[in-house]
Amino acid sequence: MMERTKLDLWVGAFVVAGIAALVVLALKVGNLSTYNVSETYQLQAYFNNVGGLKATASVRSAGVLVGRVTSITLDTERYEAKVTMSIDKRYQFPKDTFANILTSGLLGEQYIGLLPGGEDEMLAEGGEFKKTQSAIVVEELIGKFMFNKTDSSN
Amino acid sequence: MSDAYCQEFACSNLVVKELFASGVMSLIIIGVAGMFVGMVLGLQGFETLKRYGSESALGSLVALSLVRELGPVLAALLFASRAGSAMTAEIGLMKATEQIAAMEMMAVSPIARVVAPRFWAGVISMPLLAAIFSAMGVFGGYVVGVVLIGVDEGSFWSQMQATVDFQADIMNGVIKSFVFGFAVTVIALFEGFDAPPTAEGVSGATTRTVVQSSLAILMLDVILTAFMFRGA
Repeated sequence: MMERTKLDLWVGAFVVAGIAALVVLALKVGNLSTYNVSETYQLQAYFNNVGGLKATASVRSAGVLVGRVTSITLDTERYEAKVTMSIDKRYQFPKDTFANILTSGLLGEQYIGLLPGGEDEMLAEGGEFKKTQSAIVVEELIGKFMFNKTDSSN
Repeated sequence: MSDAYCQEFACSNLVVKELFASGVMSLIIIGVAGMFVGMVLGLQGFETLKRYGSESALGSLVALSLVRELGPVLAALLFASRAGSAMTAEIGLMKATEQIAAMEMMAVSPIARVVAPRFWAGVISMPLLAAIFSAMGVFGGYVVGVVLIGVDEGSFWSQMQATVDFQADIMNGVIKSFVFGFAVTVIALFEGFDAPPTAEGVSGATTRTVVQSSLAILMLDVILTAFMFRGA
């Protein structure tokens, strides 16, 4: 039988290693480190088509992560997708900011890109991006492209 | 010596002893196997992703398959054959040599003395082993993908972080390994107690433990995956 203290040490080391592996998974592999811990405010935007955008998708401006999408619902009055996002309080955006749904890379995730306008007034809690651009649906693009091709060849 | 301690400290250190037997002793097989699985994922994933020109997605492929499926399932399969079979053989032999009967004669409950510490050790060590398996696997995928093949390191990690969600992927993997640990230890303990007290009976029970817990792991995995990742 192994010595008592040695046994305890080994088991302790094992438990520490297991928890360390979990922490590594959470911080290095998962997105826990990118979760927003700072204070946020809510903004909304309406899109004709959100494509593959999901809740927890990132909101970026000039490539910098400024917030996350919190919910996507269908507004039955306008029949448009209502996207609510929480933005870091450190960042303010002018009222005429463009909200576009973009894709990172060919197979990447979809995210919201904010393109600030020039107005002096800033969007406050509960504000809405008036200017939006929907997700690009590849099938529609291909359809348009093929339609144009056949048109010009005639 | 540990028995003297046990009477002083109400047997909680029996769990520590069993954690050593089932957890610490499984560390090497789990770590090495995880690393190899991650390396194979890196090699195979790269070959497939290269055709579509999306090698940068290698990180998320390796991490997602490890954290969601391969980590919990393979670690549990290895745990069943490494620790579960040992549990069954030990208890079966205890029964064959009438140690269990002797305990009952001395008014020592075999459930408290033999079953409970092994059960808790299995349930505690399984999620830790699965986490170590996944972490080693990601490291193996990194070594093959980034160091050997030369996938861009930045996109390897950032694609991984963009697709692996802490709650949806990592925590569900942990829940899976908890369930697998429960199933493996319950099957191993039952088979040990159920074994006929002969050499043949113990060997048969050990085999049954490995077969049944492997099947139970794979079946539970299908059920859990259907609930956890449907539509995700």
